[in-house]
Amino acid sequence: MEVIVGLAVPLLRENVDTDQIIPAQFLRILTKNGLGRYLFYRWRYDQDGKPKPEFVLNDERFKQATVLLALKNFGIGSSRENAVWALTDYGIKAVIAPSFGDIFYENAVKNGLACIRMDEKLIQQIGREAEAGGLTVRINIKEQSLSYGSQSVHYTMEPSVRRRLMSGEDEIENTMKYENKIMAYEQRMKKFYHVDRKRLLYE
Amino acid sequence: MATTIIEKIWKEHELAVDDDGRSLIYIDRHLTHEVTSPVAFEDLRIRGRKLRRPDLTVAVMDHNVPTGPREEPIRDELSYKQMQALYKNSEDFETMLLDYYSPFQGIIHIIGPELGLTLPGMTLAAGDSHTSTHGALGALAFGIGTSEVEHVFATQTLWLKKPKTMEIKVSGSLRRGVYSKDLALFLIGQLGTGGGIGHILEYTGETIRSMTPDERMTLCNLSTEAGARSSIISPDDKTFNYVRGRAFAPDEDDFNEAVEYWRTLASDPNATYDKSYSFDVSGLKPMVTWGTNPSMVVPVNGSIPSPDQFEASRRPGIEAALKYMGLTPGQAITDIKVDRVFIGSCTNSRLSDLTIAARVVKGRKVSNSVRAMVVPGSQYVKRNAERKGLHSIFLEAGFEWRNAGCSMCIGMNEDQLLPGERAASTTNRNFENRQGPGGRTHLVSPAMAAAAAIEGHFVDITQWDMPEAI
Ligand code: SF4
Repeated sequence: MEVIVGLAVPLLRENVDTDQIIPAQFLRILTKNGLGRYLFYRWRYDQDGKPKPEFVLNDERFKQATVLLALKNFGIGSSRENAVWALTDYGIKAVIAPSFGDIFYENAVKNGLACIRMDEKLIQQIGREAEAGGLTVRINIKEQSLSYGSQSVHYTMEPSVRRRLMSGEDEIENTMKYENKIMAYEQRMKKFYHVDRKRLLYE
Repeated sequence: MATTIIEKIWKEHELAVDDDGRSLIYIDRHLTHEVTSPVAFEDLRIRGRKLRRPDLTVAVMDHNVPTGPREEPIRDELSYKQMQALYKNSEDFETMLLDYYSPFQGIIHIIGPELGLTLPGMTLAAGDSHTSTHGALGALAFGIGTSEVEHVFATQTLWLKKPKTMEIKVSGSLRRGVYSKDLALFLIGQLGTGGGIGHILEYTGETIRSMTPDERMTLCNLSTEAGARSSIISPDDKTFNYVRGRAFAPDEDDFNEAVEYWRTLASDPNATYDKSYSFDVSGLKPMVTWGTNPSMVVPVNGSIPSPDQFEASRRPGIEAALKYMGLTPGQAITDIKVDRVFIGSCTNSRLSDLTIAARVVKGRKVSNSVRAMVVPGSQYVKRNAERKGLHSIFLEAGFEWRNAGCSMCIGMNEDQLLPGERAASTTNRNFENRQGPGGRTHLVSPAMAAAAAIEGHFVDITQWDMPEAI
């Protein structure tokens, strides 16, 4: 994935935690598929399960949005990867925010969801243009640029994140190339870090 | 060169550095639970991969388990399925499992330290954000998502960008009735929810040195609420005494050797950090959160802030929080009435927490308008509390005394707030709907929660009479 082109939706709130992205009640699952319908569940639906008209994703103009604009500390809180699975299953391809929760950020990369850090003022500005609906944003992962309307801006992303987003590589496969190093550590690992399962019987 | 404990443990476990500067870190201990592991196990199966080190992996059921009597059937079908999956997965992949019925079952971050699975100097990972707790014993611990859980299963390693280091130096002694929970909430209020992003926190200073390992765990547990993925405290004699004799701690033959090694890990006196903050907390009051994230916090003698006190850009968030919480600016904290009290969670459900709460409760009755419950962090904590007679104190006062689990901290089982209900809670997150749809959470210490249960509203526990011992 090198380029993401999509409709932008402004969700200009700070501290959108992963409990809001997907509530705990939907974590009782055994697969990661189909979580899009629970995305922002309590903001999106009322207690009877009816869509709340005031929530931006329920607005016809943003139904097809794939680029989410948010404010600082997006994805803080719980480590639940379900938050990323819900976003990607819903169709979100990129989230743009001034900062992200550390675990969320890593979870996102692992699932090919681009998290792009940008200055808050700039996001507010793009957000204002997006408000009316119909603002298409084009993100070039390779060149670290984002364009909308006649504007084009640059952002920066860690090289490893950029590479992984573009290649979609299987990280485990890659790590297995380091087998020698892993084994070498296992040889020298302090013996008192080993677990002897029988111990619990005597507790 | 003077270095920090973070750098020392990092270096010991760094197997390689890739072209982009990420480190491959070996993970000595992996704790896993029924909710964030099923997809990871299933992926291993699909790809025909093995669990590399089942002997370093420990599974436990905690997040979704009921906390009622264990003889009763598990009514929630989805939770039951996740529990069944963990039985099958730990059997197929040969991990040790502390299941629902185990006498050592409990919250993942309670059982790690308590059973000696968490040791100083090790690296530890768990599919839960409060894994930062284990840093209290001098372990470098990381909360991870499910894909990373799978990565640790398959390789016993993680790729990590080396985080920046942040020192939080604390001086001054906490006055009677003020606890590490209050200190933690105060610090989150100072740093903000994102202040620790990209950093590992190290707590230093005389206040930290004088804290017990349990108190340190409460503090490190809450680091994640300031955005830090990990936090740590250099181990000392208190740590070693805590570890000694625990089920999986080094046995006496190895213990001295282990301690000798652990002593070398403490941060050097002149070590430098990317950021350093210091706080004098002698004047600290008990803290109460009023909003929908843990940084929205004030002292108990304070009042609900007005949106005007904040920068313009933050006002909409503050207004939304006040609306959700049903509070008005200027309202005194001690005038806020509560409907529910929850004492539990990996933040505050160790024996020491329950003991403090019991001291507050002893000989008193829960207010008629309050439903209060205690959920011990582990079955081991529960047994020990019962040995000391704490359960009778709670039961006589009108508290429910339940079995171990995450319970109302996350609201995945039937322990939940009803819409509009207001709780004094010893947990770690006051996010919207966290403890049940429409529920309103105020985070406080166990002593403050216990006192709120008795009075039906918040009170300043430092003004209370409580017995020094029970
Ligand atoms: S008690 Fe709460 S915070 Fe702790 S592990 Fe359980 S759900 Fe997470």
